[in-house]
Amino acid sequence: MNEPGPAIRLDHVSKAFGTFRVLDDVSISIPRGRATVVLGRSGTGKSVTLRHIVGLLQPDAGRVFVDDAEITALSPSELAVVRQRIGFLFQNAALFDSITVAENVAFPLRRHSTLTDGEIRARALEKLAAVGLARAAESMPGALSGGMRKRAGLARAMALDPAILLVDEPSAGLDPVTSEEIDDLLVQLKAERGTTLVVVTHNIPSARRIADTMLFLHEGRVLARGTAEELERSEHELVRKFMQSEAGG
Amino acid sequence: MSGFVREVVVTRLARGGHAMTFAGRALRDIFRPPFELKETARQVYELGWRSLPLIAAAGYAVGIVMSMHTRASLERFGAEALVPAGLALALVRETGPLVCGLLLSGRVGAGVGAELGAMKVTEQIDALEAVAVDSFKFLVVTRVVACMIAMPILTAVMNFMGMLGGWTAESAVSGMGFEAYFRAAFSLLQFSDYVPGTLKTMVFGFIIAVTASYLGVHTSGGTQGVGYAATRSVVTASILMIAANVVLVRLIFFIFPEMAE
Repeated sequence: MNEPGPAIRLDHVSKAFGTFRVLDDVSISIPRGRATVVLGRSGTGKSVTLRHIVGLLQPDAGRVFVDDAEITALSPSELAVVRQRIGFLFQNAALFDSITVAENVAFPLRRHSTLTDGEIRARALEKLAAVGLARAAESMPGALSGGMRKRAGLARAMALDPAILLVDEPSAGLDPVTSEEIDDLLVQLKAERGTTLVVVTHNIPSARRIADTMLFLHEGRVLARGTAEELERSEHELVRKFMQSEAGG
Repeated sequence: MSGFVREVVVTRLARGGHAMTFAGRALRDIFRPPFELKETARQVYELGWRSLPLIAAAGYAVGIVMSMHTRASLERFGAEALVPAGLALALVRETGPLVCGLLLSGRVGAGVGAELGAMKVTEQIDALEAVAVDSFKFLVVTRVVACMIAMPILTAVMNFMGMLGGWTAESAVSGMGFEAYFRAAFSLLQFSDYVPGTLKTMVFGFIIAVTASYLGVHTSGGTQGVGYAATRSVVTASILMIAANVVLVRLIFFIFPEMAE
């Protein structure tokens, strides 16, 4: 039986902001239905990589594929169709601050589903309950703590039950217990729905819980890739040092 | 030095071209689906309905002041009877649209510039795109359409309130009745006085919304950038509107020659 192709593929992607080269000829293949954790020091292009996958950034060179669709060559309407299969948790949650938390989660459903108002509301509450935020459904985003905003953002990213979930720093601003609960939720999503996860994090304990595969980015290039054990034995001292760190988020 | 000047000129021209492309896209996308009717209606409420108290109060005050000035001028020629008609003509043709536009560029320009600027720096615009929503149509086109709908209505309110203010001032001086005043006010107004003024305010609405949206969605530099976008929105929209007014008046006189008489 043929192996399914990768869910996401970056093919010789380069990106610079001014004179600062963030990604330098990066090629990555993200396996379908698996969890890939992207590690690296701050400013090494981890979030930029996620933004390329969802088409928020265009590479200066190279190509990006999602389910064989070349993101970099799609029309806006074609890109919108692909984006409906991708959930994205932003580093700062990026909640719409003029509507309630529940309406934030309901927003993608109102735009892209044929569900009734009642069904949308029920689905939004279900997603909020999954991240432990059912009681904050009617709160405005501005009234939430950083960690709660993050969880609400994750609920919104999960609203359409996407095949691919891109998660930027899920543990940042969360206490260790909540952080572990979020990790468990991501692992559960992968196990039950076969969701492809791409998680950017600095939190090594969290990365160990989530990852099937890890990528280590450094100075715009992939310095190492493999399982946690393989990265622990990496030939690069920086990678080994990073993996030995037990500091959270 | 000449290299520096050239660079500044080229940068300014590039920015101007970028802004023109943005405005052109806004104009084109007004007629292209999806039409985002619910969001447009919400923006008509936010930008139009909520501006109503400001416009009504300002119109009333402008009417009183203009009436007093008009009376003082016309008294010299013994033509006090023309005060209501003169005021109505001035309001409908020029003062109403321009004052309403300037007030709206202050309230709406600053509001839209700051709101979209804040959305930009907090990644909310990216979040819209990430959930497969065309942020340009959802944020920019809806505000442009709302402003183009709201401006003529608000201008009509301003004109009416201005006349009401004029009557208040006139009745205090001469004891003129409400019905007599408004009959006199409308005696010289023709249909051709309303149409150009109304169409002009739609252009003003377009300029205000496009300028504020452009500066808002291109905000950078955190909260300082948001403040900067709000301030620049008001200043730029006001200047552009005044400049456009000169061209539009010339155009109106060309299309409706009877107005120039």
